[in-house]
Amino acid sequence: MTRKIVAAALGAALAAAAGLSFYGSRHLREPVVAGPGVVRVATLGDYFAPLKGTVNDANVYVLEGKEAGGTVLLLGGTHPEEPAGRLAAWIFAENAAVARGRLLVILSANRSATTVTRLGGAYPPDFTIPTSWGGQTFRMGDRWSNPLDQWPDPEVYLHYPSRQQLAYVDIRNLNRCFPGRPNGTLTERTAFAITELVRREKVTIAIDLHEAELQYPVISTIVAHEKGADLAAAASMFISSLEGFAIGVENSPKALRGLSHREIGDATEAMSLLLEAPEPFLDATRGRTTRELLLSGRDEFIVRAGRHGLLFEKIGDEGWPIDIRVGRHTSTVLQLLEIWSADHPDQAIAVSGIPRYGEVIEKGTGAFLKDPKAAGPGRVTYE
Amino acid sequence: MTTIVTVLYYVLTAYVAVMLVWNFVKRKNWQEEVLYVIVLIPFLLRLLRLK
Repeated sequence: MTRKIVAAALGAALAAAAGLSFYGSRHLREPVVAGPGVVRVATLGDYFAPLKGTVNDANVYVLEGKEAGGTVLLLGGTHPEEPAGRLAAWIFAENAAVARGRLLVILSANRSATTVTRLGGAYPPDFTIPTSWGGQTFRMGDRWSNPLDQWPDPEVYLHYPSRQQLAYVDIRNLNRCFPGRPNGTLTERTAFAITELVRREKVTIAIDLHEAELQYPVISTIVAHEKGADLAAAASMFISSLEGFAIGVENSPKALRGLSHREIGDATEAMSLLLEAPEPFLDATRGRTTRELLLSGRDEFIVRAGRHGLLFEKIGDEGWPIDIRVGRHTSTVLQLLEIWSADHPDQAIAVSGIPRYGEVIEKGTGAFLKDPKAAGPGRVTYE
Repeated sequence: MTTIVTVLYYVLTAYVAVMLVWNFVKRKNWQEEVLYVIVLIPFLLRLLRLK
């Protein structure tokens, strides 16, 4: 009897330790200090009521200038395991001042996916960006919504409304669910809410911030809906000559459904773009899946794959540090806004306070994350 | 429909968890007892919606 009690107590202790760890990861609070341009914080539920109060009722930071102009939507966290997208959006929400037009920023487009990591992938549960005030910790997240929030997956996922057959698991992939379905799954309803936001706020340009593995051909590029092809091409040229890095342009394929760059452009008046930065952490040939790899982008196995010509982006021993990836996103967004504003003065968006590529690399991403303890009253929200 | 499937899934999970506890109680060998305890943990975490 004593032996059974000891074994049960051991099991209970293990279950409690594991349970507390999972609970802590899922409920880690990520503070956001509203920047000088933020005039209010809405949520996706304001645009689609059934989403109100759910795990995916994500915050929408509204930055508004005194002069009228265009409206830009920045989507971070469509795929939370691509942190440079979230961090770049974070920098905009915490630092941007808007003189003209409006900027709408979402940091956790699929918040459910920020609360889980890749099943069986041995991902770290979180990562910390060093700052002068000690560092800010973020949930690691995954590509798909948490199965605790949306389950079961179907045998076959038919995208709505095209009825194109996609991988079954992608019914929990926000970037395969656009333009969304009001009576669909949590992920489909989230996509619908974002599409409704784009319609109601008359968004001019929707920019979805991502990262990609180096073995994936769509990398270091702007994926552009045909409405945004000229803008993306011009941005690519300016960036390559002025910003210190190269970025390509890809046309959004018409035959692949559910992606933001295709569906938002088709379903709304907005032009839709998607940015990809290189993230070695996602490559299948990586070594240990650690926080260090996530932030440094250094991995000997991926470097070796590159030497064998198996990658679509170069990689050296210096890897792809997070500051480079974040800086690519901030500079690309700024170039897109500047070129658009020069060509469309009546729809201009004038944003200041955002570091470009070189400055992010020089000072580090953490230099642009704000200390919530030093923030004024009512300026801190949580993701 | 998905709600029904989800409820059935949790009922099955609870059933398996109860069976594991039952087998744990009936075992006489300590190695088998430890084995049942370890196998039980993921079922408990799922029932409690922790993982």
